[in-house]
Amino acid sequence: MDFTLKIWRQEGPQEEGRMETYPVTGITHDMSFLEMMDVLNDQLIRDGQDPVAFDHDCREGICGMCSMFINGEAHGPNRKTTTCQLHMRSFKDGETIYIEPWRAAAFPVVKDLAVDRSAFDRIIQSGGYVSVNSSGNPLDANAIPVPKDDADEAFNAATCIGCGACVATCKNASAMLFVSAKVSQFALLPQGQPERMSRVQRMVDQMDKEGFGNCTNTGACEVECPKGISLDNIARMNRDYLKSQVTGE
Amino acid sequence: MAQTGILKSSLAKKYAMAATGLFLCLFLAGHLAGNLQLFTAAADGGRQFNEYAKFMTTFPAVKVLSYLTYFSVLFHLVDGIVLSLQNRKARPVRYAMERASTNAGWSSRNMMLLGTIVLVFLVTHMQNFWWQMHFGSVPMQQLEDGTQIKDLYSVVAAFFHPDNGFALPAIGLYLLGQFALGFHLWHGFSSGFQSVGLRHPKFSQIIGGLGKAFSVVVPVLFSAIVVFMYITQA
Amino acid sequence: MTEMPKHSVALDAKIPEGPLADKWTHHKNSIRLVNPANKRLIDVIVVGTGLAGSSAAASLAEMGYNVKAFCFQDSPRRAHSIAAQGGINAAKNYQNDGDSVYRLFYDTIKGGDYRSREANVYRLAEVSANIIDQCVSQGVPFARDYGGLLDNRSFGGVQVSRTFYAKGQTGQQLLLGAYSALSRQISKGKVTMYNRHELMDVVTVDGKARGIIARNLVTGEVERHGAHAVVLCSGGYGNVFYLSTNAMGSNVSAAWKAHKKGAFMANPSYTQIHPTCIPVSGHYQSKLTLMSESLRNDGRIWVPKEQADVDALRNGSMRPTDIPEDRRDYYLERRYPAFGNLVPRDVASRAAKERCDAGFGVNEAGEAVFLDYASAIERYGKTEANVQGIQAPSAEKIRELGEAVVRAKYGNLFQMYEQITADNPYKTPMRIYPAVHYTMGGLWVDYNLQTTIPGLYACGEANFSDHGANRLGASALMQGLADGYFVLPYTIGDYLADDIRTGAISTDAPEFAAAEQAVRDRIAGLLGNNGKTPVDDFHRRLGRIMWNECGMSRNEKGLTQAIADIQDLRAEFEKEVCVPGRPDRFNPELDKAGRVSDLMELGELMCKDALERKESCGGHFREEYQTPEGEALRDDKGHAHVSAWAHTGVPAEATHHKEELTFENVELKTRSYK
Repeated sequence: MDFTLKIWRQEGPQEEGRMETYPVTGITHDMSFLEMMDVLNDQLIRDGQDPVAFDHDCREGICGMCSMFINGEAHGPNRKTTTCQLHMRSFKDGETIYIEPWRAAAFPVVKDLAVDRSAFDRIIQSGGYVSVNSSGNPLDANAIPVPKDDADEAFNAATCIGCGACVATCKNASAMLFVSAKVSQFALLPQGQPERMSRVQRMVDQMDKEGFGNCTNTGACEVECPKGISLDNIARMNRDYLKSQVTGE
Repeated sequence: MAQTGILKSSLAKKYAMAATGLFLCLFLAGHLAGNLQLFTAAADGGRQFNEYAKFMTTFPAVKVLSYLTYFSVLFHLVDGIVLSLQNRKARPVRYAMERASTNAGWSSRNMMLLGTIVLVFLVTHMQNFWWQMHFGSVPMQQLEDGTQIKDLYSVVAAFFHPDNGFALPAIGLYLLGQFALGFHLWHGFSSGFQSVGLRHPKFSQIIGGLGKAFSVVVPVLFSAIVVFMYITQA
Repeated sequence: MTEMPKHSVALDAKIPEGPLADKWTHHKNSIRLVNPANKRLIDVIVVGTGLAGSSAAASLAEMGYNVKAFCFQDSPRRAHSIAAQGGINAAKNYQNDGDSVYRLFYDTIKGGDYRSREANVYRLAEVSANIIDQCVSQGVPFARDYGGLLDNRSFGGVQVSRTFYAKGQTGQQLLLGAYSALSRQISKGKVTMYNRHELMDVVTVDGKARGIIARNLVTGEVERHGAHAVVLCSGGYGNVFYLSTNAMGSNVSAAWKAHKKGAFMANPSYTQIHPTCIPVSGHYQSKLTLMSESLRNDGRIWVPKEQADVDALRNGSMRPTDIPEDRRDYYLERRYPAFGNLVPRDVASRAAKERCDAGFGVNEAGEAVFLDYASAIERYGKTEANVQGIQAPSAEKIRELGEAVVRAKYGNLFQMYEQITADNPYKTPMRIYPAVHYTMGGLWVDYNLQTTIPGLYACGEANFSDHGANRLGASALMQGLADGYFVLPYTIGDYLADDIRTGAISTDAPEFAAAEQAVRDRIAGLLGNNGKTPVDDFHRRLGRIMWNECGMSRNEKGLTQAIADIQDLRAEFEKEVCVPGRPDRFNPELDKAGRVSDLMELGELMCKDALERKESCGGHFREEYQTPEGEALRDDKGHAHVSAWAHTGVPAEATHHKEELTFENVELKTRSYK
């Protein structure tokens, strides 16, 4: 298979970027999208050109590092699929493929397709944890029973891989799905209750500080999320934040 | 307590958007209920409609509600602009290729445009009727007991009369306004509930269905009244 | 190349005295402590933020030390621990099936083919229960039963259910728990986090580890960081094989730089090859994906009996489902009737290789076997039909019912398989092949997890300590968290107690300057090289050598040749490699070049280690040492030791040191699964 790639090239955070066109040939349908990028980079290096920088690591859909906006969609055309799990059989031979970085003020471009998502780390640092020391002697694990449904729902929220597809795909570059997934995980569990109100306040405050946009409930994030994180989580966060403001805790 | 407080955080703005929006939905329902009288108003020369109009402009409790409505419109408008500006700033470089239609409905992505159309309509609408009623020269209607009330019905009837050269363009704008309103509500109604966290697997379908019904029925009825006025006077 | 080690010294593992069960408690009670006020005066560097690194950094910070944590990824949450699927073992005995600390200890020693250190393994089993308590209190959403209590599954052929899990994403949930704890300490300012930073060298001053040279991968800046102790939690080096289940960035550089500065490398050739992975599909394949071991609970593994059928499969004239039962070779069931498809990982992997080497591999490359769910689907379908009271169900109905049961149990794995291969595993057998998964070897550490460099510690997969020659399923997560949460934070105090009056470590020392200069020179050398060949090319070739000669089975001739080939490859790399880009920009090719350069040296040492170990044990299978039936032949008299290698300049000329393993609490037996 052969493709024409239109790729965003940007030297560094301060430089201007532009779309560049590259032909790539000899692609097989069972290659992953990132392997196709490997082929391109191999060609570029052999031709003495600068290879395209992109983030990737586990290549099995769980680390959350890969982050390409492919043909107008975060992680490409397939649902519940990260870029690394996307295969070239999902594209037509001869197709032109647009590849862009996540675009958001809060995710500045590092180089080419790699962006800086440390804003997500800072949001977790603002309150995405249960304050418990590891050197103490906590209760026996089974001393805290958790209803199975709550545990399962908390798990579903906790499967967020922090890739940023929600921000990338949201027309407002809002991080609500990411933040609400972590808020929800702890809101659903007994362990998260003592800090529930302060946590949601601190995390929302940090989210605002990072310069993400506002949620307008379009629901695009839920559709593009490779882990299928639900909008229910955003509603839960809205509810908890409102409650925290009303009760003034 | 969070430092940002209830007025500054992004979520607080959402609550305000939702609260004002949902309140305006109530207003729409009330306004529509009043307007529905226009279907039968010709029979009593608009008397019932005019009495209703008087009640709506003078009764203290309604007055409070109407100020709330003005406030809601303004707040919804200002808040919406602030949010939109922030959202633009959150993505300074646009995508070269974007397929937004694959993951979100059209109306949810165009609330600002739809809201702007509704606003333009609202300004002309208020100029035509609200301004007339409050500050313009409205003919008086003589009741049996000798009291006089403002004859708003005659203003409305004349406005949508085929003899009025502006009637057709006005109706066109009216229909466009209602069309935009319908799409605005299509997303806005259920979105309002989501924003304040009223979402639950059990209820969200009901809310969604109610929102869709509301967003179709209300603009269609408003439009029907206008068309009815024009046709029956032809 | 020297055939014999220059000199061999006995290594002191500093195992505490006393009965096995009391060693850890006694040790904790007797080692020195650092008082809270003094901890504030002490800096510790933690490299890597997987389970071991995140938990160690968080725990050290909670105790009061000043921590600097480093990871090469864009966030500490991305470390490859996140990809672990199955679960984490702990001797909780919640299922009341007779589990105990001793049983977990025993299973781990036996599973490691009697090549691990008793005291360490016992301690691991002992703290395993604390890990679950700790994680639950952090809000890790483990699977639960309807009563709200924690659920367990059985794993890896042991006789009890002691594996805690969170669907197929246990590693993710545990890592996010540790990442949360780490994030909390970052917000308090007790941990300074350095994302996108790579360790370039370990700096020793007066024989002690006193800091590192790190490179900011975004700006290219080369930085000096001083500390009173350095903890390496940098994971395993399976990427020496190029294709593995490891993440693309997983590398050996941190451990290797430490090795070159004097830390001994222990049992580097012990590699775990996981039997159920999706096979290689082409030259540009970059990564192999694991299919959870749990699939072997219900799937049957086979290849055709006849060469003609193999050929027909390969040229596409026949589908796997066309081959009748009597022309199929269920080779695991044939060779190991007692355990069948559930033999341990090393045995299952070797058996697959044996069939494929004999020419029965079922894909174009001849490197795949079938994992077939047809009979499981039929079996479950019949049971389900009975349950639902369906009389005389049609074959189609049985299939439908059976598929539903299989979907409920393994749905996400089947979906992943289909996503990658575009084959529907409900309708046609899956093609699988063994792939490199985990490295048991690593930096040699004593009971305190200290390497042979004072002040340099190693935790998790980066050290060698607990898994012997073969790791049991669901034990990697256990070890990473045990080291990070419950072992290192205590044992490091014993060393740091001497440093309370040292004051901040200055990075102006000549050792720092020299190390920094060496790093700068290396970077300039790589970028200035006038080669034409991309880094990946060398990596692929290294992988091929390692896979062929130091993979599932090894022999003297192949290993000797491999050492020569790798030495050639290394020389060619220095001449021919092409590293594009600038030193002061984000430059993934430059990062990769440094890593591959280290992996090549490591590969050479691995072959040397495999050559020295003249026996077969666990994941290490020497063709010269096997029983007449082709099973591993251990040599407990000659090789019940840990091989620890000291760097001398050329990996193949490393000096061999031994730590003799003494077994006072278990009897050494031959593993048999027949």
